[in-house]
Amino acid sequence: MIIQGRAIYKGKAQGMSLVCRQMISFFGGVDPDTGIIVQKDHDQKGESIANKILVFPSGSGSTVGSYTLYRLKQNGIAPLAIINRECEPITAVGCIIAEIPCIDQVSIEQIPDGAEVYVDGNQGSIEIK
Amino acid sequence: MRRSSLILTTEEDAMLNGEMGKTIQKAMEIIVGLGKIYQAKRLIPVSSVQVAGVSYDNLGEAGLHFLESLAQDGAKCRVPTTLNPAGMDLHNWRNLGISSDFAEKQWRVLNAYEQLGVTTTCTCTPYLIGYSPKFHEHIAWSESSAVCYANSMLGAFSNREGGPSALAAGLTGRTAEYGFHLDGNRIPTITVILDFPLPNTEFRTHLFGALGKLIGEKITSEGKKEIPIIVGLINASTEEMKSFSASIATYGGLALFHASGLTPESDLFPLPKRSITISKTELEQTLQQLQTGLEQQFDFISLGCPHLSIREIKRIAELVQGKQVKVEFWLTTARKTKELADQLGYSEIIEKSGIKFAADTCCVVAPLKNRFRAMLTDSAKACFYAKSKNNMDAALISFDQVISKAIQ
Repeated sequence: MIIQGRAIYKGKAQGMSLVCRQMISFFGGVDPDTGIIVQKDHDQKGESIANKILVFPSGSGSTVGSYTLYRLKQNGIAPLAIINRECEPITAVGCIIAEIPCIDQVSIEQIPDGAEVYVDGNQGSIEIK
Repeated sequence: MRRSSLILTTEEDAMLNGEMGKTIQKAMEIIVGLGKIYQAKRLIPVSSVQVAGVSYDNLGEAGLHFLESLAQDGAKCRVPTTLNPAGMDLHNWRNLGISSDFAEKQWRVLNAYEQLGVTTTCTCTPYLIGYSPKFHEHIAWSESSAVCYANSMLGAFSNREGGPSALAAGLTGRTAEYGFHLDGNRIPTITVILDFPLPNTEFRTHLFGALGKLIGEKITSEGKKEIPIIVGLINASTEEMKSFSASIATYGGLALFHASGLTPESDLFPLPKRSITISKTELEQTLQQLQTGLEQQFDFISLGCPHLSIREIKRIAELVQGKQVKVEFWLTTARKTKELADQLGYSEIIEKSGIKFAADTCCVVAPLKNRFRAMLTDSAKACFYAKSKNNMDAALISFDQVISKAIQ
């Protein structure tokens, strides 16, 4: 299945999806040294976002969260790509400075958790294998 | 592919394609990325930029690394760009108990900004030290209280930028045209009526802070974004409105308000029919909330959130002349304002009392977590961050009362 969205940041990636129903606040919500979601009451709490195709509705919280994505990338444990329903500035700026492909305007309910997903951030398209 | 409707000029396109180097390219990617999200049709020039994300306490190693990597290729800001407060007084940090490890990291942050062509004046009140935009001037500021003040009190046009997007605006001289840059997004949505006169005294900063919290929380309580026009807020000083702007931004997330007879855009619009009334009782309740814990022993006192004006420093000098304070007491202000206070002799009087100047920094962004137990202040914004960021209690009292408590 191919889904067409809007390209926010360029680049291509392939990997396994981690689908969150809740928003993510990167600052304080993801451990920058392990990549594990530590956000209180989060539906994927305890899961690692490292080297996953990370799917969530939208970002929230402090704007310092952009730097959390950058730090994850420096530590080699950033997501391979990010897919949002509606991207907001914290995630967008984080993806741009950390060079993580990012696509939004996607009905994320169509993406199963743990699926093999191919992301083309240049075209804004997603292929679920 | 869903096409973005954002149209770039030849020069902007060249920046995006890397023809002006990697740093300018990265900056333009940020501006264009935000333009896409907010469906901007074009980019517009900005004439003034103010960048948050200066204190090493907030930036951390990742932020420092990002800034140093940007600073490598010689790119410089194209428009006047200043900084938010740093994590320490750049001269007097030892006397304020800042560690040399922290100071070294903080200096690296400032050096990176300097290499990027940023003017390293570290203040949340650029409008008090000569960076004062004119009516309907497009700017890209990030400090929430300054954005709110510039939009509302000066009628300038700014969104609330994040640190990287403000820096990107400085490096490219552009921002995407969306949000508060468009006339249609500045129209008031709700009328807020103050149905009582505020007491006619001087230095009512604490009262305006409480009022900012009350209005900010009340109009956003249902999660709706509002632009209030306030009726009855008159005869307010610059200092009181800087306190109000900081508080309504902190507690309500607002970046723009209007006030009839006070703010320059207020007579451009009819009053919205939808209205709420703020009563004296509600304001008293808010003040009480902010004063809980006033009975306990305070080990820290701070004035200058947002940064003190020269008038406030003069007032402090008058009140503490010949007196002594026994508790750790910081005055936070812009370096320029401190220099003026030096010249006028206020600093000497104040420092003799035991009060310390902490220029370039503030009690929100300095590394104060777990260092003090409880703080006294005249700033509603400082109360919020004392609790949420620095793990200390805080109580709000009037400007003059803060001094009288300190010299008891």
